[in-house]
Amino acid sequence: MTTKVVMEALSPTMEEGRLVEWKKQEGDVVAVGDVLAEVETDKAVMELVARAGGTLLKHIVEAGATVPVSEPVAVIGEPGEAVDGQRGVGAARQPGEGATPPPAPAPTEQRRPPAPSLREGNGAKAAPTRVKASPLARRIAAERGLDLGGVEGTGPEGRIVARDLETAAAAAPARSTGAPPIAAPPPGRPAAPRVSGPYTDVPLSQIRKTIAKRLSQSIGPIPTFYLTTEVDMERVWEARAALVAGQQGAGAAWQQVKVSFNDIIIKSVALALRQHPACNAWWQDDHIRYWNDIHVSMAVAVEEGLITPVIRNADQKSLREIATESRDLASRARERRLKPEEYTGGTFSVSNLGMLDIDEFTAVINPPEAGILAVGRIAEKPVAHEGAVAVRRRMRLTMSCDHRVIDGATGAEFLKTLKGMLENPLALVW
Amino acid sequence: MTVVTYRDALNQALREEMQRDPSVFLMGEEVGVYQGAYKVSRGLLDEFGPMRVVDTPITELGFAGVGVGAAMVGLRPVIEFMTWNFALLAVDQLVNSAAKMRYMSNGQVGVPAVFRGPGGSALQLAAQHSQAFESWYAHIPGLKVVMPATPADAKGLLKSAIRDDNPVVFIEGEMLYNTKGEVPEGEHVVPIGQADVKREGGDVTIVCHSKTVSVALKAAEQLAKDGVNAEVLDLRTIRPLDTSAVLNSVAKTHRCVVVEEGWPFAGVGAQVVDTIQREVFDELDAPILRVTGADVPMPYNKLLEKAAKADPAKVIEAVNQVLYRENK
Repeated sequence: MTTKVVMEALSPTMEEGRLVEWKKQEGDVVAVGDVLAEVETDKAVMELVARAGGTLLKHIVEAGATVPVSEPVAVIGEPGEAVDGQRGVGAARQPGEGATPPPAPAPTEQRRPPAPSLREGNGAKAAPTRVKASPLARRIAAERGLDLGGVEGTGPEGRIVARDLETAAAAAPARSTGAPPIAAPPPGRPAAPRVSGPYTDVPLSQIRKTIAKRLSQSIGPIPTFYLTTEVDMERVWEARAALVAGQQGAGAAWQQVKVSFNDIIIKSVALALRQHPACNAWWQDDHIRYWNDIHVSMAVAVEEGLITPVIRNADQKSLREIATESRDLASRARERRLKPEEYTGGTFSVSNLGMLDIDEFTAVINPPEAGILAVGRIAEKPVAHEGAVAVRRRMRLTMSCDHRVIDGATGAEFLKTLKGMLENPLALVW
Repeated sequence: MTVVTYRDALNQALREEMQRDPSVFLMGEEVGVYQGAYKVSRGLLDEFGPMRVVDTPITELGFAGVGVGAAMVGLRPVIEFMTWNFALLAVDQLVNSAAKMRYMSNGQVGVPAVFRGPGGSALQLAAQHSQAFESWYAHIPGLKVVMPATPADAKGLLKSAIRDDNPVVFIEGEMLYNTKGEVPEGEHVVPIGQADVKREGGDVTIVCHSKTVSVALKAAEQLAKDGVNAEVLDLRTIRPLDTSAVLNSVAKTHRCVVVEEGWPFAGVGAQVVDTIQREVFDELDAPILRVTGADVPMPYNKLLEKAAKADPAKVIEAVNQVLYRENK
């Protein structure tokens, strides 16, 4: 007779656990009380022990899997005993067989009938298999980075509709379109982050999940907190004045684009994000996407509201390029002539109301981005400077942070770097 | 607010506008001595006299033309058609004179006329007298088409129509004249071109107008018992169409059913569907469905007539379909 090993509630509030590492392999003899596996709960890493003796016949889940409390994770029984109708494992199994991962799930395309090809026999190529989804479902999938290929549609002829994405999001982790599925992480360690490519997806640890859940319950879907700092802008002021003066009388078109304070702020933000990748991220519901690329969204007021055109790879662009590009994007934004790819895909936002004489404000996060910087005006103020009261040009920056992604100290460190850069603009060329 | 019938609300609007502006006059078959085939003009002949409440012979083309001419020289005629079925004879005046005069005179001559009367089907009036023509007139650049569903809207929109400097086709619901509703007292004007949410909901938008508003509301009531919260949007004006109201509602609910009394081909609903798919395609979770009158001349037989009309059951079926639910 076999005994199922289930995920146990190892803390009073535990609803699910991540099986970090198997301590007993398939085929191992286990006694009551033996440690079978390590499990990460919402609070700590705990041990899952055997409640029955015998041979560990099967791992139902692999290391790295997250399992709800009470769901089976393994089977213990006599060697050779059948496990749910499958051939039993035991003494006869080949060494190393236990490490073989189960076959990859069959491609989901098989579930859908092939799309009927129009005008068959016309010599035209057969139409490629097309995922049928409602426009709304496609939009939601694009926003959440879900791959519709893995979603089962419940509409007519298998059409994927919005409700199917709710089910899919609950059942399976999101995958980025076209990216290879993430391999199961090696036991005991989180999934190895990919080092190349535009971004790195990191599964949520239990503590991150708990933080996300608790904070969302507290203050809404995006638990936002705000960090404010004041920056001395004297040196940026000088630097910009010198740059603009150098352009006087210059003839080429690019030389006529005057670098603005906002351009300098965008460039500084991008470079500071390079040093603080933890703030350059997207919340993706069941994982966090840390971007290796830095795309800065800049809020532009237009007649009917606002739009956020994106300066791509802003960290790699010169101030001149940023100035030229931001001028072009802003003017086309006001004419409503931006292409969708020009106002989507940002990884961090900057919103500036300084030109409207706002001292400081809090900006609303542009999801899935995790941070937005609200820039106030540059104002002359009496401040303590080198032991005396002096009139200095000062600017207040307020960063709104999605607490599910960015913690207080993380955001503060980023702001400190940014402040340092603006107070010493030579850092921009460092 | 007082509760009055749709017919009396129209009567109030006519009386108040005739009191307010001496250039307003009413003309049509039986509007004077008989006080209107549907009693909309009750008491007006007594109050305003035969110069301003004019009985005509049975000559739709003729008196519609007189109305256009009067409007061209500065009066504000309200031309009553006994029903819009009879106005077929006057279509040339509406389409070729009233609608085009401002354009063809390079803006020198406008036609501030209202053409009004009941449209759609009543009960067993058979094929020639049971027709909804709003899509015909809405097709014509230069005409406004207004179709109130409630007494309050009937009063407020008729006042706006009379004050409008362009020709307005004002189609009343033949089955609505006896319906009652609260009407604000005194100056109550509803602007042309504004739809109205008659019932708020978040699951599906039912776009409707005139008589189909009550059909949609009945369907919505039934659906609510089943856990579906439908929004009922009354267009009130067919042209100019309040596209932003339609789009805002669909952007909220992601699903839409358009109901109308008329025939399906090139109907008002077709225009609404076109607008939605063009402007908020990415908000849609299901194809937009239409519930219309059957694509046949209206049968005289009582059961067949019932089967040919848009009714709450058909609306519920369409709503279930756009929600991907089983029809219960």
